Amino acid sequence: MAKDLALYFRPEFRTTPQAPLCIGCGHGIILGLILRAIDQLKISIDDILFVTGIGCCGWIPTPQFSADGMWTLHGRALAFATGAKLANPKLKVVAFLGDGDMADIGGNHLIHAARRNMDFTVIQGNNMIYGLTGGQVANTTPQGILTSTTPQGNPFRPFDMCRLVDAAGATYIARYAVDQPFQLLKSIKKALQNPGFSFIEAVSTCPTQFGRRNRFDTPVEMLKFLKIKCVTSKQAEKLSPEELKDKLITGEFKDGRN
Amino acid sequence: MGLKRIKSTLPPGSYYFSGTEAIAEGAIATGCNYFGGYPITPATDIAEHFATRAKDIGAVFIQLEDEIASICSLIGAAWAGAKAMTATSGPGFSLMQEGIGYASVTETPLVIALVQRPGPSTGQGTAFFAGDIMQVKWGSHGDYQNIALYPWSVQESYDLSIKAFNLAEQYRVPVILLSEAAISRMEERIEIREEVAVFDREKATGPIPHNLPSETVQPMPVFGAGQKVKSAGGSRGYYWGGITDMEAQAGVVARANDKILDNRDSIIEYDSYYLEDAEVAVVAYGFTARSALFAVKALRQEGKKVGLLRLITIWPFPDKLIARVSSEVKKIFVPEMNRGQVAGEIMKYTCSDIISYSQTNGDIIHPDTIIEELRRIL
Repeated sequence: MAKDLALYFRPEFRTTPQAPLCIGCGHGIILGLILRAIDQLKISIDDILFVTGIGCCGWIPTPQFSADGMWTLHGRALAFATGAKLANPKLKVVAFLGDGDMADIGGNHLIHAARRNMDFTVIQGNNMIYGLTGGQVANTTPQGILTSTTPQGNPFRPFDMCRLVDAAGATYIARYAVDQPFQLLKSIKKALQNPGFSFIEAVSTCPTQFGRRNRFDTPVEMLKFLKIKCVTSKQAEKLSPEELKDKLITGEFKDGRN
Repeated sequence: MGLKRIKSTLPPGSYYFSGTEAIAEGAIATGCNYFGGYPITPATDIAEHFATRAKDIGAVFIQLEDEIASICSLIGAAWAGAKAMTATSGPGFSLMQEGIGYASVTETPLVIALVQRPGPSTGQGTAFFAGDIMQVKWGSHGDYQNIALYPWSVQESYDLSIKAFNLAEQYRVPVILLSEAAISRMEERIEIREEVAVFDREKATGPIPHNLPSETVQPMPVFGAGQKVKSAGGSRGYYWGGITDMEAQAGVVARANDKILDNRDSIIEYDSYYLEDAEVAVVAYGFTARSALFAVKALRQEGKKVGLLRLITIWPFPDKLIARVSSEVKKIFVPEMNRGQVAGEIMKYTCSDIISYSQTNGDIIHPDTIIEELRRIL
């Protein structure tokens, strides 16, 4: 951990962070980037309420961040956050939600929080798998991918989360992968400053659960998969619909002004 | 902090209210400033009444996307400093159970007005039933205690709404204010007094503790005050470090249970009529207690030695009271709009003769029915 960010951790976690993230997990990059964004924007961490559900992504802020934190029920984080924000509008709400947590069990709360344009910064750590429960299929798992509950390959299409929250009314929307840390950092900073529902899909890696059943079982192989899977919006312009079929387009889709 | 007397929000005097209006006004009188709800018959009137009053009293009212969101938003609001409530009925209450467990383990004060309707499942929205007595206690998984109060009149709906908030704040626990269509839809004259006794939670100052505290009810921290609060549904709750997982687990369950059970003598409220020389005691609650009192009075006119014990606090269960009353009478008669849920609980605390009378057709239990049943056993 960079030394200048140590102050954002509770004292007991400064030397040994407790986040039980596996080797090669992309969520550690997201953890570092949110703290850098807060540091660079000079936001007081005491003004932030970190909200999480249950899942690997829930371990990004809790229990180690030295701030108010609400580690809620699986899927319900944004419902808890809605009550807290309405009761104290001064709270700056930052939510970390996984793909299963946010869009499977918690999808209803996600679209309604976006519809209400609640002033939340919501970061989805999308590792395309249920990591914490041992590698089951998620709503974001690409079609054909092997998981512990789709041993013949996932028969269904994945959600496009950015288009979903766009339709629901989010006012800042971006998708970047964890191998695009500079773009992701810039995006988190914009989201934190957008007064309204801000959504970032951070496409992450899971060599332990996603990778090992699909021959990407080292951190390097997983990152190579991201390189193939993700194309920038600029690159996408030159590709045919057929070529784009299994791709995730990265970029900023809405920046609060449109 | 602690119990204080404040001026009533309504000018003192007589009012003609429905049970649902009385619940909403009781909540407003205690300073309830957050209501998150979802429409469901026959509880919706509480939300509607609160919504019309919210702007005047500076409270937040929001209709959420479902009952799961309602209970979760209440917990978020309570940790941000609000006094929060919701109102629901059977199907909605079923959806809230996981949230109630979270509120229990995180010791979150909140009030749920549960206006019961016949079930299981959709049942009937407008008929009379009291089938959720056990769900109120055991609905969420794990092992915990909460508090449940059951009024029998519109006046008491107002008074117990205030008491529900006071107990929630004092013990940092979800409190369920029970009702059913007969009590909630009934309109009666009620008296609003000049002042209301209100208990506000003790607020924590400074950083939160990292180990399980020794006392059972701790002062509550609040989001947004730099206290670096951790609220979590895991057994470690918001305490972390210095203890093992097993110590944390045992501590969480002990605290969730003991703070209620150890204080049950001061929490439990009840009423009794003609019990002094009674040979048969009727134990009843809610609307059924009204029918029971009518029946007891009628039979007393005939010289029959029958009395009534009316339960106001359903949970924690008045175990010692039941044991005492049952030792003084020959038989206990328990009329209920369910399959004997309270009768079964009574059997845990006495070996006396318990006669359970169940009626689950969606009608109220009429006084004549109780008189007839009592004649059989007298």
